[in-house]
Amino acid sequence: MLKKYSGHPYILWSMIFIVFPLILVIYYSLVKVSSETGRLMFSIEGYKTFMQPLYLKVFIKSVLLALEATALCLVIGYPIAYIIANMKPELQKFMALLLILPMWMNFLLRTYAWISILGKNGIINRFLGVIGLPALDLMFNDKAVLIGMVYNFLPFMVLPIYTVLSKIDKSVIEAAQDLGANSRIVMRKVVVPLSIPGIISGITMVFMPAVSTFVIPSLLGGGRSVLIGNLVEQQFLVVGNWNFGSAISVVLMIFILMSMRIMKRYDVEEEGEMNLW
Amino acid sequence: MSKRIIEGKSLVKSYDETLVVKNIDFWVKEKEFLTLLGPSGCGKTTTLRMIAGFEQPTSGTICFEGRDITAVPPYQRQINTVFQKYALFSHMNIFENIAFGLRIKKVPENEIKKRVERMLELVNLNGFGNRSINSLSGGQQQRIAIARALVNEPKVLLLDEPLGALDLKLRKEMQLELKNMQREVGITFIYVTHDQEEALTMSDKIIVMNDGLIQQVGSPTDIYNEPENAFVADFIGESNIFDGTMLRDYEVEFAGVKWHCVDKGFELSEAIEVVVRPEDVMIVPPAEGIVTGLVESVIFKGVHYEMVVRNGDLEWMVHSTDLSSVGEMVGMRLDPEDIHIMKKVKMHA
Repeated sequence: MLKKYSGHPYILWSMIFIVFPLILVIYYSLVKVSSETGRLMFSIEGYKTFMQPLYLKVFIKSVLLALEATALCLVIGYPIAYIIANMKPELQKFMALLLILPMWMNFLLRTYAWISILGKNGIINRFLGVIGLPALDLMFNDKAVLIGMVYNFLPFMVLPIYTVLSKIDKSVIEAAQDLGANSRIVMRKVVVPLSIPGIISGITMVFMPAVSTFVIPSLLGGGRSVLIGNLVEQQFLVVGNWNFGSAISVVLMIFILMSMRIMKRYDVEEEGEMNLW
Repeated sequence: MSKRIIEGKSLVKSYDETLVVKNIDFWVKEKEFLTLLGPSGCGKTTTLRMIAGFEQPTSGTICFEGRDITAVPPYQRQINTVFQKYALFSHMNIFENIAFGLRIKKVPENEIKKRVERMLELVNLNGFGNRSINSLSGGQQQRIAIARALVNEPKVLLLDEPLGALDLKLRKEMQLELKNMQREVGITFIYVTHDQEEALTMSDKIIVMNDGLIQQVGSPTDIYNEPENAFVADFIGESNIFDGTMLRDYEVEFAGVKWHCVDKGFELSEAIEVVVRPEDVMIVPPAEGIVTGLVESVIFKGVHYEMVVRNGDLEWMVHSTDLSSVGEMVGMRLDPEDIHIMKKVKMHA
């Protein structure tokens, strides 16, 4: 009996904090305060505004930057995951812990840390000064934002790939060797194909927060690197145009849903335990 | 025909101070079906993995057709393995699984097709090429694993308890199939198992191992009929092992009685062990028995009754097709050739 109702608190919680706000966002993206009557009226002006080249450019830039960050995370994260998965079991746990450790710190704090590394008087520039090289302008550009994204989201790439890699049966790799595959062929024809579910999860888990982040660009990009996330933040908190802000959010949400849908196609193993989505 | 294709010389393998294989020598001839038989942890799988190249011997050498291949990596050995848990590639269909080795060797596409089809035929799975691995039963997966190894036409096929995961009936079928396949393709099989019946059914030669050492090498008949020590006798089939004394050639004393036997060449009054197979004991009326005993238990086993007969301090395990009842006094006889004498060895280290 208890089992039957034990899910109800969660259902209630998700209704209040997920479904209801979602409906509100969609609602606000479709209504506007009329300048004449002062009442709420149906309007798709938010969506229309978004179609302007200025905003579309921001959108495309955000997607491209997020893709770049995801690709970098994959290129850096896969070898890390592979190396950890091939360590001794005790060492594996320790390494996985090291990887998660920064996540116990506040996200803002972690991102602020990069200011003291990349800033005008930051560690890198001071080091360059010591060896007599001119200071570099590292902060407040797209590169800084990219570094921030890769740093913050790398664990989300490494962990799912590591989980899948560590589950690959050693005898499958031995079987490939036995059939004449050297280590390069084993990697290309067996290990990588078998880890695709992990790669898919990793890509999804990095791309989604990367495309919608606003903290990283506002801290590391200053005002110069505006992304879609900043746009939403501005509309709600600075401009006060909820209609436009909600419209951007809805578009972004639909875009993410669509890209997840596409990713899912490449996921051969449908019933994979790792699959978070 | 009688060339030694694989030879292990003074093989030793240890993991962190633990000796798993303690200096063994063995060889396999061409086209022979060799079985490494022993309880788990006896070093048989480690030996097989050293032949495959997955493990490096701590010392000793492995020769393939007379050449030392100890340092050759697995992917360069003309040896293929069938793994215990099949180890199929779940991301490929059946055709691609079997074609894996051929693709690496860059065999032309039409030949790959031909050879894979032929293999599917050999393992009785024609037309399964496009199916996924997960749609197969355990027995079918095992056949694909065998086909995947055999398609490369290795000179030696290693099989690591390949039937262990199958149910009894399927296992029996596969045993015969494997033996037929080996005859058909005419290559050397090295088979690892802990199942003595499997070993007896399929092998040309059996190496019985225990505790990292070879206990006996011989044909199935030799091993069954003439076990060299108590371990082999005990491991191969059920047997009664009694302490005894060799009085002189052809005469042995055990169970308090003198028996005629067919063994000689022992020292006078040498302490020995006597092995008696339960099926060799003849149950007769008490007056006609060489020894008598009290039937303590009777279990029906289908073809025969399994009885425990107490004779003084000794318990005799007897298989008989005639029913005796519990509490009955019976006589027991043995033919001289059914009394197997073994030297006493310090066993079970």
